[in-house]
Amino acid sequence: MTFDKKDLISIKDLSASDINYFIETAKEFKKISLKDIKKVPTLRGRTVVNIFYEPSTRTRSSFEIAQKRLSADSLSISVSQSSVVKGESLKDTILNLEAMNPDAFVIRHSESGAANFISKWTKASVINAGDGINEHPTQCLLDIMTVMEEKKEIKSLKVAIIGDICHSRVARSDIYGFSKLGADIYLYAPHSLLPRLIELKNVKIAKNMEEAVKNADIIIMLRIQKERASFYFIPSIEEYRKFFQLTPELLSKASAGVMVLHPGPVNRDVEIAGSIINADKTRIFKQVENGIAVRMACLYILLRFQKKNKNK
Amino acid sequence: MDKILIKNGIVVDPLTKTEVKRDIYIEGGIIKDIPRKQKNNCEDNIIDAEGSIIFPGLIDMHVHLREPGFEYKETIKSGMEAAIAGGFTSICCMPNTDPVNDSKPVTAFLLDKAKRLNLINLFPIGAISKGLKGNSLADIGELKESGAVGLSDDGNPVEDAALMGRALLYARTFDLPIISHSEDLKLRGKGVINEGIVSERLGVVGIPAIAEEIGVARDIMLAGYYGAKIHIAHVSTRGSVDIIRRAKRNGINVTCETCPHYFSLTEKSLLDYNTDAKINPPLRTGKDVEAIIEALNDGTIDAIASDHAPHSKDEKDTTLDAAPFGIIGLQTSLPLTLRLFYDKRISLMRIAELMSFNPANILNLSKRGSLKSGYIADITIADIRKEWKFTGSSIKSLSKNSPFIGEKFKGIASAVMVQGKIL
Repeated sequence: MTFDKKDLISIKDLSASDINYFIETAKEFKKISLKDIKKVPTLRGRTVVNIFYEPSTRTRSSFEIAQKRLSADSLSISVSQSSVVKGESLKDTILNLEAMNPDAFVIRHSESGAANFISKWTKASVINAGDGINEHPTQCLLDIMTVMEEKKEIKSLKVAIIGDICHSRVARSDIYGFSKLGADIYLYAPHSLLPRLIELKNVKIAKNMEEAVKNADIIIMLRIQKERASFYFIPSIEEYRKFFQLTPELLSKASAGVMVLHPGPVNRDVEIAGSIINADKTRIFKQVENGIAVRMACLYILLRFQKKNKNK
Repeated sequence: MDKILIKNGIVVDPLTKTEVKRDIYIEGGIIKDIPRKQKNNCEDNIIDAEGSIIFPGLIDMHVHLREPGFEYKETIKSGMEAAIAGGFTSICCMPNTDPVNDSKPVTAFLLDKAKRLNLINLFPIGAISKGLKGNSLADIGELKESGAVGLSDDGNPVEDAALMGRALLYARTFDLPIISHSEDLKLRGKGVINEGIVSERLGVVGIPAIAEEIGVARDIMLAGYYGAKIHIAHVSTRGSVDIIRRAKRNGINVTCETCPHYFSLTEKSLLDYNTDAKINPPLRTGKDVEAIIEALNDGTIDAIASDHAPHSKDEKDTTLDAAPFGIIGLQTSLPLTLRLFYDKRISLMRIAELMSFNPANILNLSKRGSLKSGYIADITIADIRKEWKFTGSSIKSLSKNSPFIGEKFKGIASAVMVQGKIL
């Protein structure tokens, strides 16, 4: 198996077999994290630049650890400590960093399309670590990996995605990723938070919470931000909690082997009952663990492609 | 009074599209098939309706009861008494009370009060926005859960199109219809009556027809774009009717209502600065009246609602500029509609659709709006030949702000039955 693209910007660019290739590779890399000495020389001498234009705990530390375990030289730029605060444009920032000959950029940005934009200004690989409301492809891959560790295949699984789908880059990536692997996807949210148009055939809008979770094999819960009420998407967090929260009672209607995923950060007792997390009925920490393996795999696959291309 | 037989009435049922002389048998508050072997034990509860028209219980989907907050204008009790006199078995009350009905406690208060009064059915309409302020969504799921059957910021339009759009989407999640008071507030400005010859002659600021029509067009476009359902309240102009007719043809999920005054009166009623004819939307022109009647007939308009809006004598005894908008209408709604029947403009069947069957469907009031077996025994019995005069002393409302006082009518509700109980 190979992958013949320089960048990982969108799940839409991957085929089903590409996704499987990333997951299989990640499974191998996961073994490294379970050893005493969690380091291999795979990316020795390669330079990776992490640029985070948005705050992030999980994704950023996950990428940094992945880079360290692969022996890459990496640096992370937080926007608050960079020339961006002096008014430097995204393009100029990238052109300056590009002059330092990095091998890969990992970028998180509040604007959709940012990763796509910088990929046009650099020869280095670009990994999208979340762009606006658009996509978060490595989150999707780690979600799929977490599911594949327990389920034989994704095909025909009922996947419920519930919450602020309209503003969620995780949802957009997951919808395309799980759909490519043949899952039946049910979306549910207040209709004001549903995407307007979905072009995929195996994606349905559920009528209510119960229809969404009933016999579901996978439930992906999404965070709701308080600010949504001030832009009229919902009346209040209190009402959201009352009608759109995943409760133990609703969860009991799901299939016996249901897996509950959440990309974090969790608002306990808003979108998901705290008791579900406390009772260890979610795979939230498994997701975080697999995140490192997936990011190691992404860096490895993209940089290997670059190396091959240079040798041509 | 468990088993009742209404005999010899002409039964008008929109669901089965039948208008025939037949008996109706009621048991346990539900309309049932007449038992084959008529046992004599129900014969003691026979209502002879010879010569009367039997309608499915009339539903007024747009009423302002002023309780809580303005009990000097109207209470739930006085409003219901007026409704009974007018032939209504169900009324829907708008949320512009004090406090506004934008939450569970107010809806619960209204329903509890109605239950204790034990008169007719009360179906509360909740607010679209918190406090009717147009800044944020009311707790719509909670309103539905506590018993609201629809949502409206009636009295004021939702000015912010984004809020209206999201309200349509959010309400769809809970299958609650949005009832829109569609109007461009800035175009209304300080207007008090229809902008036209009469406003010019009286020298008062007018409200242009387009203030309504632009609002109607906007709200229909929002509903069409978002694939949501919308009900337009109190349609009064020819332009609005045209917009709605076109939207329906294009498959947009829109319904609408008009009020009896919009097919009965014109702006000329205001020539003597009569504040009892000051309403919003205002009385329009003869051409508008003609368009409204046409639309009632061709199905463009789905419902007749009174927009019953009581105001005290002190509030109305002032200039056109200062008086509040609104007139009462519960007791004149059916009689004014029957005038259209006598003018051969609409049929009795159409009246049953406009005043019962369609409102029940628009508001998802299950098992109401028809006289078919299995439906709730909400029934209006009307003596449509009776000639009578509407006088101030016959008004059951606490407020008397009607432009129809002194008028003669032919036809009146003679009895109403709610869930098998004659009131």
